Amino acid sequence: MAAVTDEPAIRRGPAPGRLGNSIFKGFSLGSGIVIVVLLGLVAGFLLYRSLPAILASREQLEGVGFMQGRDLLSYVLPLAFGTVLSSAIALIVAVPLSIGIALFISHYAPRRLAQGLGYLVDLLAAIPSVVFGLWGVAFLMPLVGPVFAWLSENMGWFPPFSDYQAPARNLATAGLVLAVMILPIITATIREVFLQTPTLHEEASLALGATRWEMIRQAVLPFGRSGIISAAMLGMGRALGETMAVLLVLSPGFVINFFVLQPGQHQSIAANIASQLPEASGLGVDVLIATGLFLFLLTFFVNLAARAIIARRAEFSGAN
Amino acid sequence: MSKRIDVSDLNVYYGDFLAVEGVTMAMEARSVTALIGPSGCGKSTFLRTLNRMHEVIPGARVEGKAVMDGVDLYGKGVDPVEVRRQVGMVFQRPNPFPTMSIADNVLAGVKLNNRRMPRALAQETIEKALVGANLWNEVKDRLERPGSSLSGGQQQRLCIARAIAVEPQVLLMDEPCSALDPISTLAIEDLMNELKNDYTIVIVTHNMQQAARVSDRTGFFNIAGTGKPGHLIEMDDTSVMFSSPSEKATEDYISGRFG
Ligand SMILES: Nc1ncnc2c1ncn2[C@@H]1O[C@H](COP(=O)(O)OP(=O)(O)OP(=O)(O)O)[C@@H](O)[C@H]1O
Ligand SMILES: [Mg+2]
Repeated sequence: MAAVTDEPAIRRGPAPGRLGNSIFKGFSLGSGIVIVVLLGLVAGFLLYRSLPAILASREQLEGVGFMQGRDLLSYVLPLAFGTVLSSAIALIVAVPLSIGIALFISHYAPRRLAQGLGYLVDLLAAIPSVVFGLWGVAFLMPLVGPVFAWLSENMGWFPPFSDYQAPARNLATAGLVLAVMILPIITATIREVFLQTPTLHEEASLALGATRWEMIRQAVLPFGRSGIISAAMLGMGRALGETMAVLLVLSPGFVINFFVLQPGQHQSIAANIASQLPEASGLGVDVLIATGLFLFLLTFFVNLAARAIIARRAEFSGAN
Repeated sequence: MSKRIDVSDLNVYYGDFLAVEGVTMAMEARSVTALIGPSGCGKSTFLRTLNRMHEVIPGARVEGKAVMDGVDLYGKGVDPVEVRRQVGMVFQRPNPFPTMSIADNVLAGVKLNNRRMPRALAQETIEKALVGANLWNEVKDRLERPGSSLSGGQQQRLCIARAIAVEPQVLLMDEPCSALDPISTLAIEDLMNELKNDYTIVIVTHNMQQAARVSDRTGFFNIAGTGKPGHLIEMDDTSVMFSSPSEKATEDYISGRFG
């Protein structure tokens, strides 16, 4: 026992392992700081470079050719609208599909098939966006054209579907291409969440006499709710900033409306920057950077909103 | 309510591994049947065959018969979902749905059968089940709080309420008190005494006193060694099992002389 030895049982000074602990603590604190600093630098850079555009007078801005006499706000708002609308279309299509695929992989498919399928979905994520853009133009556009024409003819009373004009270089097509692009990341994230549903809760549901689908609704989906929202936000983040696919597919316009089947109505911020920057100079560049700042803020607040939604029902989440 | 189950020649497999072999026993209506035996002898495995939860595990299967009310639970055309609605289960670890309120937890099973419940009926069902599970007084003022906000013992009683809310014929309990303190344990034992007026109860327990206190009949399971299948060694009235069992192994196990 302790009394027999000379040394007291509790030594003075730090316990062994303290050093490693301090190093790790310092390291993780440092990494945290780096993130904040990086974010601050990016925001600072964007703000600094957009100041000339923000402060410029009307006359000065009229000198920028591609703005066609608009002031900064009425230039950026239609772009922001197009960006959000195309991402919204992408999410509306991709999220339910992703949930379906993820459920199939996690709860329906035999293990072999599930693995293969999961692998395939991950591969999809590795395809460069320019390829998606080309695919959208060469493959998707001819395919969806007739569908859009049918929608417009039969459901044209619903404004977004009215007056389809071929070719399908419209926001709906761009949204669909975006949907395919963000599908892998959303699916992969949701699949991981679904796979983590505690067996305990799945069995609780089954033991009550739930069918598999009822079990999924009772145990899996509620448990995965915040995961689904985060996955959707990840996808949305990607869709908001996606440049190439939109650039290749969409015939641009600067209007705020919901006519997603008509070409020449919308444009996204990122695609607009990519298409204008090579020709821009002086104040024109500053204006484009200002739209970039706007995009940055947009993504930032979308993420904040998502966190707020998740936090609101944290008490009922599977985490406690 | 309350039906007996007659099991005959039941073999239970995990893939190729025979976990429980040749079990024949009867679980009487309106009584508590306790299953005891050393760890790994297949008590949980056997219990889970009685509501067809065993087959939820990939590769798991069952041979033999388990007859309730003249119907073989493993007969052709019997839907496991239907079996589970008649044979409820309480697990070792309390598992209320964390995403649901206390009230919704109680209704979880009921709503599967009867999606659109009138409010009054729902209230009545909640109260009846919670009273039945001895939990009503503790939670009646916070039915909208999450189920996970309760203590472990309360959560377990919530799970019991959830199971009896669907008014099953049989209630299976796998070590329902093993995660609980003595007071919660007593509460649940008292509860079992009341519940057996309405339900057939089968309970797995490692606690000999508990088996002696709550059960009418006791079955002793054992294994010859690791990797060997578990067998039902002996089954009798609890008073007989604990005073003069006919098998030496039973006596050794009950008296704690088990190697
Ligand atoms: N999911 C599983 N897959 C394969 N084998 C399993 C599985 N679950 C249990 N087994 C095996 O089946 C045998 C019986 O296990 P079971 O859980 O039924 O024992 P038990 O009597 O309930 O033990 P305990 O008292 O420790 O709960 C054991 O050999 C165990 O390793
Ligand atoms: Mg067990």
